[in-house]
Amino acid sequence: MAKKSYRQAINEALAQEMRRDPTVIVMGEDNAGGLGAPGEDDAWGGVLGVTKGLMPEFGRERVLDTPISESSFIGAAAGAAATGLRPVAELMFVDFMGVCFDQIFNQAGKFRYMFGGKAVTPLVVRTMYGAGFRAASQHSQCLYPIFTHVPGLKVVLPSSPYEAKGLLIQAIRDDDPVIFLEHKVLYDDEEEVPDEPYTIPFGEANLTREGKDVTIVALGRMVKFANQVADGLETDGISCTVLDPRTTSPLDADSILESVEETGRLVVVDEASPRCNMATDISALVAEQAFGALKAPIRMVAPPHTPVPFAPELEDLYIPSPEKIGAAVREVMEHGA
Amino acid sequence: MLQLNRDDLVQAYIRMRTIREFEERVHTEFAGGAIPGFVHLYAGEEASAVGVCMNLEDKDYIASTHRGHGHCIAKGCDVEAMMKEIYGRREGSCGGKGGSMHIADLSKGMMGANGIVGGGPPLVCGAALSAKTLKTGGVAIAFVGDGGSNQGTTLESYNLANVWNLPAVFVVEDNGYAESTASAWSVGGSQLKRAEAFGMPGREVDGHDFFAVYEAAKEAVDRARAGKGPSLLHVKLNRYYGHFEGDAMTYRADGEVEALRETVDSLAAFRARVTETGLLEGRQLDDIDREVAASIGQAVTAAMSAKAPGEEDLLTDVYVSY
Repeated sequence: MAKKSYRQAINEALAQEMRRDPTVIVMGEDNAGGLGAPGEDDAWGGVLGVTKGLMPEFGRERVLDTPISESSFIGAAAGAAATGLRPVAELMFVDFMGVCFDQIFNQAGKFRYMFGGKAVTPLVVRTMYGAGFRAASQHSQCLYPIFTHVPGLKVVLPSSPYEAKGLLIQAIRDDDPVIFLEHKVLYDDEEEVPDEPYTIPFGEANLTREGKDVTIVALGRMVKFANQVADGLETDGISCTVLDPRTTSPLDADSILESVEETGRLVVVDEASPRCNMATDISALVAEQAFGALKAPIRMVAPPHTPVPFAPELEDLYIPSPEKIGAAVREVMEHGA
Repeated sequence: MLQLNRDDLVQAYIRMRTIREFEERVHTEFAGGAIPGFVHLYAGEEASAVGVCMNLEDKDYIASTHRGHGHCIAKGCDVEAMMKEIYGRREGSCGGKGGSMHIADLSKGMMGANGIVGGGPPLVCGAALSAKTLKTGGVAIAFVGDGGSNQGTTLESYNLANVWNLPAVFVVEDNGYAESTASAWSVGGSQLKRAEAFGMPGREVDGHDFFAVYEAAKEAVDRARAGKGPSLLHVKLNRYYGHFEGDAMTYRADGEVEALRETVDSLAAFRARVTETGLLEGRQLDDIDREVAASIGQAVTAAMSAKAPGEEDLLTDVYVSY
């Protein structure tokens, strides 16, 4: 076992699954790069280098570069998945879902139901999301609540390198369409990641901190912030549980409810825009099913209802911060002491 | 005559007659209020679906449109199961969960009618990619209407199929109307020039002439199978009914449909050609007409008495596992 980055963990998962299963193919814009150009082959390996080295090992037949044409190649990935391949298609930034969403939610996500259970669509759409990169409004969104809303899709938000490898291998082996969202700010984070392939099941939340006073449910990059906050508050005598749902569809409602039954307080941290996001969804779940256990109003920590701003000063204000999460925890601690 | 033997011709006629009879019955039954939702009928366009699909095997894929019944029948889907699906029955092709616009049978290479205009071409690029990557020798055909021909998905698929050199054929069925809007108004440039612009051969075909469609599709399918890449067929035809059932067709000229039924009937043209050349006898075709009518009647009877899905079916088939 060695320390690996989030980027390396994803790359290793792809390579290992491609070695294991010849029907796994990778496609996307510049996934190798340099096609038809006079310079280097495998020039980019994806815009942030996540797929680097796959093309030299597996060839252009299994690592397909595409034109900048998401509606055709995401749709092709859906069609290929329904006809015998296991495509891992890369939607470079999730913000580009606007030009290919039909292929995901009306086609891939509905084949099985519309066709009476006779279709199997083992499609993975890998896509980059999240703010903090100074990438402005059209390259920084979260948007995973939109996928979560669609029956037929599974939605995965790996929060660390270890999580990324195990969840991606699970996604590739899964027989349903999976949206696999990689937070762009996490790519250089490192931790111990096993060399051998392993899977992490969907729908099983990860308990990253165990405490008795407050349950913090956090997603994606926010798990890291929530852990920091929990560690910091420990010295002040506030004991926090942090739950990373890992997947928003399926959602591990049982673990969230059980934890709130124990702590009686809930803070949900979500980087997605605040209306109809995962924080509202999880809050509604708890309000409906664990109301009697609550000692304090639920607090949601989310960005404001604005596009993601460009100026670093504004973007930093926009993103839910450890300070805001800490303040929310202190606030719920004022109740039910 | 081409490479079709008598059995092939009989088969082609059975399929065309089945489509016509199926659609005429669905028209009648829908008008009687027995069929839920909405349906888009293919009557008048039979030679296109059958002319293309007579070149295909089960390992080949097609993707269809709103107007998908004809493509399903031409590709070999079970007709009684289709009728049950249109009635929303549990024993339907899709368990009553899809309906007219989503009939599919992947085991027959039918990737589904499609409720999204222009939904099929990207999927067909994927099926063609599977055939190429898995070396099945198969091809994939996208049927798209003149309306769908203006969707970005379709044009992007022309490009992708070309840059990936896919074994794909795009069949643009131009029945003159995208819903109520004339293709003469809505299509900029021309279908054939679009093909040329994307670097693929294109042919215009009389979509009422089974033999013309068969021959043009054969050339395109053979080319795709040989690894030479995609082609486009611009099939000009007419629909006998509205965009959907219940469409009063106020955008069509007075007497337009009646005249079409008189002058451009692909079944009548087929019959004339094979009987005049002595390939088949009128009597044989009359027998087929009777048998097909009986089998469609049986399908309707079976569909009407079949069970609807129950509450136990509502939550199943969303995921393989969840």
